[in-house]
Amino acid sequence: MTTLTIEAREVRRRERLETIEKSLDRRHAKERRFRRMGLAAVTTGMVLVVILFSSILMRGLPAFWQATFYLDIHFDPEVVQVEARPVQEAGERAADFRDRDLAWQSQVGLVNWQQLIDDALEAELGEEIEARQTRDLRALVTSGERRALRDRFIDDPSLLGETKRLKLLASANVDVWIKGNIDRDLPDAQQQLSAQTREWADALHERGVIRNAFSTALFLNPDSRSSLASAGLAGAFMGSLFMMLIVIVLSVPIGVASAVYLEEFAPKNRLTDLIEININNLAAVPSIVFGLLGAAIFIGYLRLPLSAPLVGGLVLTLMTLPTIIIATRASLRSIPPSIRQAALGIGASRIQTVFHHVLPLALPGILTGSILGVAQALGETAPLLLIGMNAFVSNVPGSPLDQATALPVQIYLWQGNELRNFFEARTSAAIIVLLALMLSLNALAIWLRKKFETRW
Amino acid sequence: MPELPPSLLSLDRPGSALSNSTGPIIDFAPDASCLDVEGLSLAYGGKPALRDLTLRVPRQRVTAFIGPSGCGKSTLLRALNRLHDLDETVSRQGSIRLEGQEIHAPEVAVDELRRRVGMVFQAPNPFPMSIYENVAFGLRLQGGMSRRRMNDIVEWALEAAALWGEVKDRLRASAWSLSIGQQQRLVIARTLAVRPEVLLLDEPASALDPISTLKIEELIRSLKSQLTLVLVTHNMQQAARVSDYTAFLHDGELVEYAPTASLFTNPRLARTENYITGRMA
Repeated sequence: MTTLTIEAREVRRRERLETIEKSLDRRHAKERRFRRMGLAAVTTGMVLVVILFSSILMRGLPAFWQATFYLDIHFDPEVVQVEARPVQEAGERAADFRDRDLAWQSQVGLVNWQQLIDDALEAELGEEIEARQTRDLRALVTSGERRALRDRFIDDPSLLGETKRLKLLASANVDVWIKGNIDRDLPDAQQQLSAQTREWADALHERGVIRNAFSTALFLNPDSRSSLASAGLAGAFMGSLFMMLIVIVLSVPIGVASAVYLEEFAPKNRLTDLIEININNLAAVPSIVFGLLGAAIFIGYLRLPLSAPLVGGLVLTLMTLPTIIIATRASLRSIPPSIRQAALGIGASRIQTVFHHVLPLALPGILTGSILGVAQALGETAPLLLIGMNAFVSNVPGSPLDQATALPVQIYLWQGNELRNFFEARTSAAIIVLLALMLSLNALAIWLRKKFETRW
Repeated sequence: MPELPPSLLSLDRPGSALSNSTGPIIDFAPDASCLDVEGLSLAYGGKPALRDLTLRVPRQRVTAFIGPSGCGKSTLLRALNRLHDLDETVSRQGSIRLEGQEIHAPEVAVDELRRRVGMVFQAPNPFPMSIYENVAFGLRLQGGMSRRRMNDIVEWALEAAALWGEVKDRLRASAWSLSIGQQQRLVIARTLAVRPEVLLLDEPASALDPISTLKIEELIRSLKSQLTLVLVTHNMQQAARVSDYTAFLHDGELVEYAPTASLFTNPRLARTENYITGRMA
């Protein structure tokens, strides 16, 4: 009787063990499956990121180098027929001198600078250029370069009569032709350059007069439509910079102060609950709505100038504030209550507790949140379109009230340019610049975080 | 400590001597009371935590609050330096007087009150600063103190907290580099540095190893010549070892309050005896 019971127990025990073993296999298999799925997800993500970055880099990097002429420009006195630059005489009023100087400058502006370039090209080509070929010749160097020559001369009038080796940008079409971004076998009717111009470009390229040189124009020039090859990012970059300054100066102090007040001092009642809900909702509002708001209030009501980085900065500040407030509050909340109690327990006031203990500890989180918010604003395009920042601006803005555009908007504008085979690469180059800016901002966030976290 | 009547020391008393009444029984009237709690009721968002509690804490003695979890002993301790002010859901009736002055009176500055009634918590909570700065922090808050005087006070406070010998050569080291037991003594030194009149200790040794616990207990005993101490503890032996008076709280009410020796050897109520003998968690 008892032995049977013992045997029965033994059988049941073994059955139980088998069940456990089987379930163990099942559970382990489940875990392996889950791990493989996770790994696959991460790999897919990585592959997509690599594809994205490599395609942008492959398209954009060549645009950092541009077909450039190395020409000996002779500032021929017969062409450049101007007087010596006026100097301020003793007793002359500053206004009078300025008038005389401006008159001289406009005289310089009337000089046929194109002639100097034509002469230099003619000398390089070593052949007589007939009048009917002038058009073909002038398609070689981009049109902005004659103004560059003028500016160079205004800066240094002693060039008169000198010969100087200068770098002149080739026109966008020559750049496309040299880089092979257009099918060389297309019939003449479909080519952007005449047969003559192409022949000259090839000849000059072979002799090293046209070289692929690093393009400073991309960084130093504003956008251009008349001289596409000299279109650059300087205007958009300065516009973005002004906006970022405004966003940082306004949104970080206001955001952090609101978060500190709401988190540490505000009473908990219906009003603060309502404010909290609304801040969370604002973070989810589509950015274009902020653009409409900016257009209505800052431009329509307050009469601030159109296309100005000031307005863009204000709009982006509104957009960034909820992000910064939410990040700051989360960071304040993560400070252990023991620190607050410790400070309060030895007689610190609430302000002292917050400023001596809570804020310094929350600082890494606040900084990270703020920088990510600012980086997001840096990449924002939609609201800027509504306040006129998609205008074509050919000046580098000197103040936040000047008309300007922004880097992401410039990308959008270039992306829509008709001269596809030149601007495709230029657009990617602009994307690379924007991405580099973003990455450095994020790197700054990481560095600040590390710096303030490992104080002790 | 007052002498106990010999009859109370006998352990073989009949069970019928224990009363089943709910109390409170208050077995002494300290002549010099530091804190007077009168009719204190406190509720967290309508949920009562303390009910009509009246007790007096004698000056320059160690008073222990014991009782099961959730009995309100920590709540009472926090009420003594108005740490509940931060929680808006807390409602309070009744009065607490420190040296005869109502601590809830509008003219009382709460930060000054908290300097006079210092608090040490269960888990040591040094600031993420150097050892020196931790102790000097309270002094810096007040401002207007010479470097020399501050150094003296920091040394005195660390000495008083029995930590000076262990840290005097590394005052600039991070407070987080100390062991947990040292950290707790550092926190006590930090509190002592601002010269409080009362020191509230909320289970100060429950996170510590036995040797550190012993050191804290010695420290508590040595400090009572200078200030009034109030100790909350779960550890019956600890209450018996260090306190002069013990209050047993249960369910937000004061059940029995007596000289420690008398309460532990001869509780007057059945509820008290059940708790101190471990029959009630």
